[in-house]
Amino acid sequence: MWDYTDKVMDHFLNPRNVGSVDNPDGVGEVGSLACGDALTLSFKLDASGRIADARFKTFGCASAVASSSVLTELIRGKTLDEARQVTNQDIARVLGGLPEQKMHCSVMGQEALEAAMADYYSKRKGGPSAEKKGNIVCTCFGVTDDEIRKVVRENGLSTVEQVTNYCKAGGGCGGCHGRILELITEVQGEAVQARAAAAPKRPAKLTNIQKIQLIQQTINEQIRPALRADGGDIELIDIDGNKVIVAFRGMCAQCKVSEFTMKDVVEARLREYVSEELTVEAEKNPDSSEHKS
Amino acid sequence: MSTKKTTKSKSASGSCGPECACHGPMPVLENSDIQSWPKRDPQAVIYMDNNATTRVDEQVVAEMLPYLTEQYGNPSSMHTFGGQVAHKVAEARQRVAAILGCLPEEILFTSCGTESDNTAIKGTLAVLPNKRKVVTTRVEHPAVLTTCRDLERHGYSISEIGVDRQGRLDLDELGFRIDDNTALVSVMYANNETGVVFPIDEIASIVRARGAVFHTDAVQAVGKIPLNLKNGAIDLLSLSGHKLHAPKGVGVLYVRKGTRIAPFMHGGHQESGRRGGTENVPGIIALGKACELAQQHMAEENTRVRALRDRLQAKLLASCTDCMINGDPDRRLPNTLNISFEYIEGEAILLLLNQYGICASSGSACTSGSLEPSHVLRAMGVPFTAAHGSIRFSMSRFNTEAEVDFIAKVMPKIVNRLRELSPFVKRGS
Repeated sequence: MWDYTDKVMDHFLNPRNVGSVDNPDGVGEVGSLACGDALTLSFKLDASGRIADARFKTFGCASAVASSSVLTELIRGKTLDEARQVTNQDIARVLGGLPEQKMHCSVMGQEALEAAMADYYSKRKGGPSAEKKGNIVCTCFGVTDDEIRKVVRENGLSTVEQVTNYCKAGGGCGGCHGRILELITEVQGEAVQARAAAAPKRPAKLTNIQKIQLIQQTINEQIRPALRADGGDIELIDIDGNKVIVAFRGMCAQCKVSEFTMKDVVEARLREYVSEELTVEAEKNPDSSEHKS
Repeated sequence: MSTKKTTKSKSASGSCGPECACHGPMPVLENSDIQSWPKRDPQAVIYMDNNATTRVDEQVVAEMLPYLTEQYGNPSSMHTFGGQVAHKVAEARQRVAAILGCLPEEILFTSCGTESDNTAIKGTLAVLPNKRKVVTTRVEHPAVLTTCRDLERHGYSISEIGVDRQGRLDLDELGFRIDDNTALVSVMYANNETGVVFPIDEIASIVRARGAVFHTDAVQAVGKIPLNLKNGAIDLLSLSGHKLHAPKGVGVLYVRKGTRIAPFMHGGHQESGRRGGTENVPGIIALGKACELAQQHMAEENTRVRALRDRLQAKLLASCTDCMINGDPDRRLPNTLNISFEYIEGEAILLLLNQYGICASSGSACTSGSLEPSHVLRAMGVPFTAAHGSIRFSMSRFNTEAEVDFIAKVMPKIVNRLRELSPFVKRGS
């Protein structure tokens, strides 16, 4: 059973501001029945441009209802510029925290607010549309690269699993894990580079035996656990000078994004821990090889 | 919404009087206004989650208790003090054999249903090194499904048979998938989520005719429906103590005489060398007693408990709109009701039920921590809209009509309340 705070249970059992505002100035709809949670937020401004009324309807679990309820309380009385400052972390904080796997509920609240404001501006000035910005990365849950960048940036995320907890991306077929990892690396580029610089210094000069051992060790300790988490595996096939030949096993073998994994995970880690000069290649399928002698 | 109301508790009415220890007091609903929820009373429990685990029968506790205290001998010992424990373990073995309709020497005690499944699958493959294929179904319990999928990484090929919208297997497809390379076929007796019962004897015959070993995970079936292994073609069968009113931590693998399996746990000579490790004596004795009681109550399971389930089903279908039963209603365990409420989410339903002390479970994504709903409902093609709102009530002989009626009274209020919150329900519909 989830360890919900009293605050979450209070907002779930006695949700504030349920319903929809009559003649709303902005309406935001996020999520879907298929995803397991969805939220419709509507608001109305008063003469001074402050949110006079904000109401929600939510399909979802206790934390989704509680996040929506808190969201309406947080934005009431605020101007749109002030409301824009509300983050998913604010929602989680008011609730006294959410289980890590439920953080996506707080993100959904923030996204509904953004969608409702976008709707308001598009009606007003024909400004930015309420449609999702960016390109879809996770097709299972319809999450875009912009949305992933945002949760990574605002919550300091560093793993695919965290991204899944915060915005669901990658929680379905897993086909987008490589792309999510790219986005994490992109957003946290500087931080990751800083960490890499602080990583254990690579030995200046390795004997061949040392190099092989270090490659195997890096695969065992740094690469395999991540792949196994997704049902895949990797095997070291051969080392030819600076060319490392590996084979993917399990889920990775059929994975459409295994090329990304190869470059962004395997090669990056081996360069980080062993030698900058290494390149990684997938084992050629012996049956389809044209160069077989 | 502002009027706070506290709900008083009093003893459960119905056939369970106040002297009955099977559950605590039941909260009482006052009129139909349910804008605020009762404060949860930790004493009030209406337990309808018996496919998850069951209450240990008091007679079972009484039977096992001496073997936790003064009768602590090791059944393998050469002294009378240990030897009398061995006699009691032998008696338990006979009792388990009786409910399965098999020989005592075909009973192998394990630590749980999952260990039994692992032993059956890996133990069979180990003695058939030339066969590299396992056939199973998409709706198995994770104890079988995860074990099989792990084997894929070790070079085995796994064939998972699908089910139709009612959760039924296509037996022709099953037969078609079994080839000369198939070592083992593993098909569950009854599904834990929907209660759908597969035609296991028919499947066992098909598998035997094709020359493969047949295992069935019967964790949900034993004690709920009568079995007789002597006449069938089942080679291996798993059961779990805590699903039939014995404690957690004990299970059984039935191994038909002549079926070869390699031990999963190596160690001493216990269980005829097929499972090392000192026996969980109190657990085994408890399981023996639980099997004896289950046999005595078998008729009740299929009459009174079935009638309770049917009563709840009829009442919910009549009082709640947009709901549907999951799983073939004609071939189902007598105790299981899996029902989907559209447009609302399962975890939210469970938490509101919990406010009344009602224990059930859900196939919704949110309850499991994963993002996708139950693999069983997805395999059946239940639409996501319904899968997310699925609730499983699973009963036992300890449930009463008063409890069923209480749930039937509360459920429409919970459903309506959550639908008031739901953006998918249009006003007036």
